[in-house]
Amino acid sequence: MELDLSRPILEKNDALAAENRQRLADADVFVVDLMASPGAGKTSTILATIAALRDRYRIAVIEGDIASRVDAEKVKAHGIPAVQINTGGACHLESRMVSRALDALPLGDLDLIIIENVGNLVCPTEFDLGENAKIMILSVPEGDDKPLKYPQIFAISQAVILNKYDTLPVFDFDEDAFRSAVGRLNGAAPIFTIAATKGDGVHEWAEWLAARIEASRR
Amino acid sequence: MAEVMESTLAAATDAGATRVNTIRLTIGELTGIVPDALEFAFEALSIGTIAEGGSLEITVVPARSRCLQCGEEFAHDAIDRRCPACGSFLCEVLAGDELVISGADVDVPDP
Repeated sequence: MELDLSRPILEKNDALAAENRQRLADADVFVVDLMASPGAGKTSTILATIAALRDRYRIAVIEGDIASRVDAEKVKAHGIPAVQINTGGACHLESRMVSRALDALPLGDLDLIIIENVGNLVCPTEFDLGENAKIMILSVPEGDDKPLKYPQIFAISQAVILNKYDTLPVFDFDEDAFRSAVGRLNGAAPIFTIAATKGDGVHEWAEWLAARIEASRR
Repeated sequence: MAEVMESTLAAATDAGATRVNTIRLTIGELTGIVPDALEFAFEALSIGTIAEGGSLEITVVPARSRCLQCGEEFAHDAIDRRCPACGSFLCEVLAGDELVISGADVDVPDP
């Protein structure tokens, strides 16, 4: 006998993501999901973003990692609330994990939550967490060919951050090729070139994010 | 794949099935999902369930988009999604991003 199912595979994840989104909208909290490879500089970018925006917005961080609490400790050391999610082997965050992390945060006292997804350029693209924007970070040493190898993450991101831009002179990274590859996938996404640990270029990225936060409140 | 098994086995059990012969999935090419990896996961996850020894049937859907500027509908690959008619990047994906359990072939014993 044939069972007609026609069910989205990620039905449960999507339903819970919608709940997260409603809950965050009710609390007037803007959420960004940062996705990148391991070592691209997600945590450094988060720390630089916090430094740029903490005078204007009350910020918290949700750290997703397969194991350890290192990243959450780094963020907490800056006096910012942080919740660590250990996925226990899973290569991406899911909306259920984020829902539990939201339980642990004072949503009424926050304006912005930055989610650091697990280091991975593939799986996080498919999982809606209830965020307002997914942002992709690529670092210069990873190479300009990544939009060709991992197209979906570039296609679904609302902005692309090119980190470690200060190392451009020592790597064989063709910036024009990178920009045109991103343009073919997602011409609407701005590309921000930053050096997170030095603060270069962080202002432009942070102002773009601030404008998105303000727009969500209207 | 864990979601597929959970959802399909629940639906099969609800229908009174004692065996799942085939699970049919519809996967868009833009998702980057590799059918081989799903088949491997299916074999591993079906062990000890009523789907053990069954098969996975995957239909891959090619990508199609509609240009929001000029209205052109066009097929494209995963790495160039611009409108071929006007070059705009403001396009809406019509097909190719599916991740759907379309159905399952199951055995339901006569009452």
